[in-house]
Amino acid sequence: MSLPAGTASASAPGRSRRRSRGWIATVPLLAFVAIVFGAPLVVLLGGTFVRQGRITGENLAESLQGAYLTALIGSVKLSATVAVLGTILGTFLAQAVVTSRLREAVLTASGVLANFGGVPLAFAWIATLGNSGVVTRLLGLGEHGWSLYNFWGLTLVYLYFSVPLMVLVITPALDGLRPQWREAALNNGASAWQFWRYVGVPVLTPSLLGGVVLLFGSAFAAYATAAAMVGTTVPLVTLQIANALTGNVLIGHENVALALSLDMIVVAGLVMAVYLPLQRRSARWLR
Amino acid sequence: MAALTPAPIAGEPPASAGRGRRGRPRAWRVAVLTLAALYFLVPMAASFWFTVDDPQGFSVDAYGQIFSAPGFGSSLLLSLGLAVATIVLVLLLTLPAMLAVRLGAPRLGPVLEVVCTLPLVVPPITFVAGIGTVLRFGPEYLARTPFYQTIIAMQNPSFPVVLVLAYVVLTLPFVHRSLDAGLRAMDAPTLVEAARNCGASWPHVVFRVIVPNLRSALASASFLTLALVLGEFTVARLLSFQPFPVWIVYISGSQAQVSVAVSLFSLLLTWLVLLAVSVAGRKRS
Repeated sequence: MSLPAGTASASAPGRSRRRSRGWIATVPLLAFVAIVFGAPLVVLLGGTFVRQGRITGENLAESLQGAYLTALIGSVKLSATVAVLGTILGTFLAQAVVTSRLREAVLTASGVLANFGGVPLAFAWIATLGNSGVVTRLLGLGEHGWSLYNFWGLTLVYLYFSVPLMVLVITPALDGLRPQWREAALNNGASAWQFWRYVGVPVLTPSLLGGVVLLFGSAFAAYATAAAMVGTTVPLVTLQIANALTGNVLIGHENVALALSLDMIVVAGLVMAVYLPLQRRSARWLR
Repeated sequence: MAALTPAPIAGEPPASAGRGRRGRPRAWRVAVLTLAALYFLVPMAASFWFTVDDPQGFSVDAYGQIFSAPGFGSSLLLSLGLAVATIVLVLLLTLPAMLAVRLGAPRLGPVLEVVCTLPLVVPPITFVAGIGTVLRFGPEYLARTPFYQTIIAMQNPSFPVVLVLAYVVLTLPFVHRSLDAGLRAMDAPTLVEAARNCGASWPHVVFRVIVPNLRSALASASFLTLALVLGEFTVARLLSFQPFPVWIVYISGSQAQVSVAVSLFSLLLTWLVLLAVSVAGRKRS
């Protein structure tokens, strides 16, 4: 955190000359982001309020009604479920391996699995627990009304990348729980439960909440897995946007996709706004 | 609480903590690990079984059919081409900028960080909604300018430049993070000053001093980008191009077994790439 200051003093000689030079080298990147990233967002924001050449709030209103609202709520519900379950399971898994010999192996595997989403994940699960999946046939789950293509099926699949992500996020925090704290607590007569209740969990809370937010964000934005798995049987906002983008809307209502996107960005932005301060707070204990 | 830890142990405090007491595997730990292993391994094993299962018993036909399936070669090549172009472009844009911030414009650091993190806040599908709109309405307003031709050329299905541009934005957070870690680990200003004082030219400084020191950071940035582009579905699908992941969904309609086989194949490919990142990252630290 004190690094910029250190850099500045290290390069103090000839500073004015260098600064002008450095400023120029960042221009291509900033210009690129402004055009390629900024332009679509500006158009998105503008298009949200345009319908058939008129400036109006109808698109936004429509995106918060009926099937679209159901989809938005469905996405939030799914992401929240995945986030909470993933945080709990990921923390237990991390705590189970953090001091064991499997630590490195599990962390490496988590690094791989956390980045694993999309189409192949969906197909792997379809082959396992889909209607004619291997495990489905093996255990005869079909007769018991099992289906992977619903809310809980998606939750099960999303956890496949969420739990490893949580393991990666929470491991540094678990490392930050000094063994001395535990020893001090136990020496003072605390039970293991009291240690976790009054020391462990309070110290971990910012990291845990940060994990919830991160998992929420990644589940909220996921599209490929859901599209390859459920088509449109589970109402999700990403699926609705894709639907509207590919022309599956009433004539003149094309910009509803843009309004829905704006809704999504607002939700994701709010979630991130919670995450960043939390991360800073949790960093305090993790020196 | 800080008062309780007068002497923070250097090195790896958690690994050595209470080893004797915790060395014996506890029941809950075994249970958690068993459940995790089941959850993470069964889908892999089952998918493999799904691809080799055959009315006559065991057959690896599905894997043979991958390579003869129509579109396999072209879509995989397209994905690889897009990945290479994305890696080159994103490194060309970020490396000079971050180096400059490090060397002479530290006040731009936070700006760069925010700019490079923004794509994480905006879900890819909303980004593609914006791009799609620009591509649709751009030509209407630009019909009489040279930009019109540019926009059309960017969407050439044999090599859609627009995907490269989108992927550069999507990979910025990851590339920024790994280059930032690499740059933090070295004392760039001192190295540059030393090299310059010895008479090295700027290209010499960059390619013989900076880049070799950043090798593992550059490698992990490139591998992450490669993995991301090889698996990217949302943007390509909604802009109607057909790189590898989109092709997998397309083929799944007609040949379920082959599509699962291809999924496993692409998984393996991605895992190897990500494993390389993981190993590179661990070596650095």
